[in-house]
Amino acid sequence: MTFLSTLKAAALSAAMIVSVALPSAHADEQYFPLQSYRVGPYAAGGTGFFGGFIDYLNLINIRDGGVNGVKLTWDECETQYEVERGVECYERQKSHAGAAAWNPLSVGIAYAMIDRIAADKVPLITVNHGRTDSTDGRVFPYVFPLLLNPYSETSGIVNYIASKEGGIDKLKGKKIVVLYHGSPYGKETIPIYELLAQKYGFAVQQIEVPHPGNEQQSQWLTIRRAKPDFVVLRGWGVMNPVALKTAVKVGYPVDHIVGNVWSNSEEDVIPAGDAAKGYTAITTQASGNSYPVVKEIVKTVYGAGKGNLEDKSRIGSVYHNLGIVNGILNVEAIRVAQEKFGHRTLTGDEVRWGFEHLKLDPAKVEALGAKDLFHSINVSWDNHEGEGYVTFQQWDGKKWNVVSDWIAPDWALLRPIIEKSAEAYAAEKGIKLRTADDANAVTTN
Amino acid sequence: MAAIAADFSAPVLPKWIAPVLLLAFAYGVVPLIGSSYLFEAILLPFLALGLAGVGLNILTGYAGQVSLGSAAFMAAGAFAAYNFNLRVEGLPLIGSIVLAGIVAASIGIVFGLPSLRLKGFYLAVSTLAAQFFVQWALTKFSWFSNNSASGVIDAPRLSIGGFALDGAVGRYLFALTIVSILTFLAYRLVSSQTGRNFIAIRDNETAARIIGIPVLKTKLLAFAISSFIIGVAGVIWAFAYLRTVEPDGFDLDRSFQILFIIIIGGLASIGGAFFGAALIVVFPLALSRLGGFLLGDVFDSGVLDMSQRIVLGALIILFLILEPDGLVALWDRVRRRLLFAWQST
Repeated sequence: MTFLSTLKAAALSAAMIVSVALPSAHADEQYFPLQSYRVGPYAAGGTGFFGGFIDYLNLINIRDGGVNGVKLTWDECETQYEVERGVECYERQKSHAGAAAWNPLSVGIAYAMIDRIAADKVPLITVNHGRTDSTDGRVFPYVFPLLLNPYSETSGIVNYIASKEGGIDKLKGKKIVVLYHGSPYGKETIPIYELLAQKYGFAVQQIEVPHPGNEQQSQWLTIRRAKPDFVVLRGWGVMNPVALKTAVKVGYPVDHIVGNVWSNSEEDVIPAGDAAKGYTAITTQASGNSYPVVKEIVKTVYGAGKGNLEDKSRIGSVYHNLGIVNGILNVEAIRVAQEKFGHRTLTGDEVRWGFEHLKLDPAKVEALGAKDLFHSINVSWDNHEGEGYVTFQQWDGKKWNVVSDWIAPDWALLRPIIEKSAEAYAAEKGIKLRTADDANAVTTN
Repeated sequence: MAAIAADFSAPVLPKWIAPVLLLAFAYGVVPLIGSSYLFEAILLPFLALGLAGVGLNILTGYAGQVSLGSAAFMAAGAFAAYNFNLRVEGLPLIGSIVLAGIVAASIGIVFGLPSLRLKGFYLAVSTLAAQFFVQWALTKFSWFSNNSASGVIDAPRLSIGGFALDGAVGRYLFALTIVSILTFLAYRLVSSQTGRNFIAIRDNETAARIIGIPVLKTKLLAFAISSFIIGVAGVIWAFAYLRTVEPDGFDLDRSFQILFIIIIGGLASIGGAFFGAALIVVFPLALSRLGGFLLGDVFDSGVLDMSQRIVLGALIILFLILEPDGLVALWDRVRRRLLFAWQST
């Protein structure tokens, strides 16, 4: 019985905490609900990305005293990359006042949030991933697959392979295998590879690796039989090093494997050891800690003992830098919106307006200390991706080296496909297409 | 133990009072005082998993057939309801849900066939086939997800008779109504002749056969009814709770979760499924909020999450040692003592 009474006491105190509402935001605070994941199979990506994001928010708070005096706050809720945990975190964190934007870094969770954030009018950022047709701001006012949506990534990779082969016309008759992660994220590009294959005349074979992907013997034996000219690795987490190691086992040359934007980190190649030497991957943001903004984070944030990464050698790694870039984009969107609506805590809808006017040309990127870290972004009310540029990097066994210029994906080719898909979604859901005037009507309280 | 329970509870209140009061509270009071967090993050998954637990309890608790395919039947229900709703013009939502239950039931019958030859662990392993096959089929054939690129389906709007149930409260009432009706039917079923046949087969199959119970038919019936209920639970999970669904959301982990719900809650007890679901759904959340509230500034969320798992695991072991018959038995004991104390004053 004593055990029961302790239990009852614990339950009571838990209930009390649930019932006590989260503290309301003080004046002039902007809050970031972080649905992070630091445990589970994708913890390497989660800790790096959210670490970089938090480090940049900390930099803004410590160095500038916030954005125009508005302090940035955040809290974390662990999702383990699982949809129902992400939904629970959404419901838990949304009651906090002054939410700027959601950044779940999970396609599955993002999908589950689309209806919810549209009703609550707070932007949902899916940097470098997400649902491709959410690029169309007419149908998805609050979703932003910033920098690079999955179709642009595909186009970038195919163009890169073409350049290796000596031109886009040389793709005819070639064979590409896409090895993809068995998740909503992994499947997102199946139709666009088929389409590009038809258009350019190469053969494509798409092979699924079930989540989480720590066993790929049969997939790679299939690849060995297929003898493709290139393998595109569309992996995530533990799937990537396993793929590289298994490729060596079946004798597939690693320099003919091209990684996508979630197979491009140190955490993907270091565990593979020598098997990864010569492996190339696409990226929107370079790795390394020589960029002024990364140096400032090391000096100001880590110098003050407030750095988020436990392992300091990961500073400047691909995921950490992506988190920093994501921080820059979120903070600059707030800055843009503040110029329009005032230097105060903004509503989610005002931040949405900020994202829709987020234009950072290379000069502005340099002023932010991020020259060569990423290229530029140009978001508008109907283009929520913002024309991000990509580059390719090769692993030499110790670090990533950039092996291409900044490349623009073939946006003109992709836009009609994206619009068609978005319009079909709008028809299915009974959504009225938004116009530029609708985008300028902002909820300000 | 049943005799003891009767001794104390019989003279006090009729048996139906407690559920009726509970329902009155759930319908009358909760929608007025609950926050959207309560509905969206606690009550909806609790109702869906509780109902799945009721379904599995009929099969495993009453009929004695161990199954590890529950998540597959949930997935079958969810995707069937989605497709009926999408492809059959003018079919009301309730119609899609009933048809989805029937689809899940027929899949249940197919994968229940091995139970005629296999028992115990062997049957559990063969129901794994359902788990893998259904997930594979839903992933492989994109027709099931209406050729959606990611294989993720969006739940349709919920409405009954033109009355929209899109809000958190609406979806809660929708789920609550379905769960109450099916739970009531399940309760009637297990106290009927069919329910006694289930128990007879569980306790001694040969004896059941000798006294003239049609073993084959009864086992398949258990699989069908159980899968029907679990399929409908899948619909609630997808349509009312997550409002989106991907095949990976119904993986083997979910099947285990449902099995643990009935083991912890109490085998062969309808109420036990809800006790188990409460522990599995609500307790981790309470623990996580308590941890975040007390130690959120000291440790990052990853450390907190790991320590919660340790606490939860330890508590489950403790519960099972203290009361191997499940939480429902624990509850009965507490209630009896309280009644006893009340009567003796």
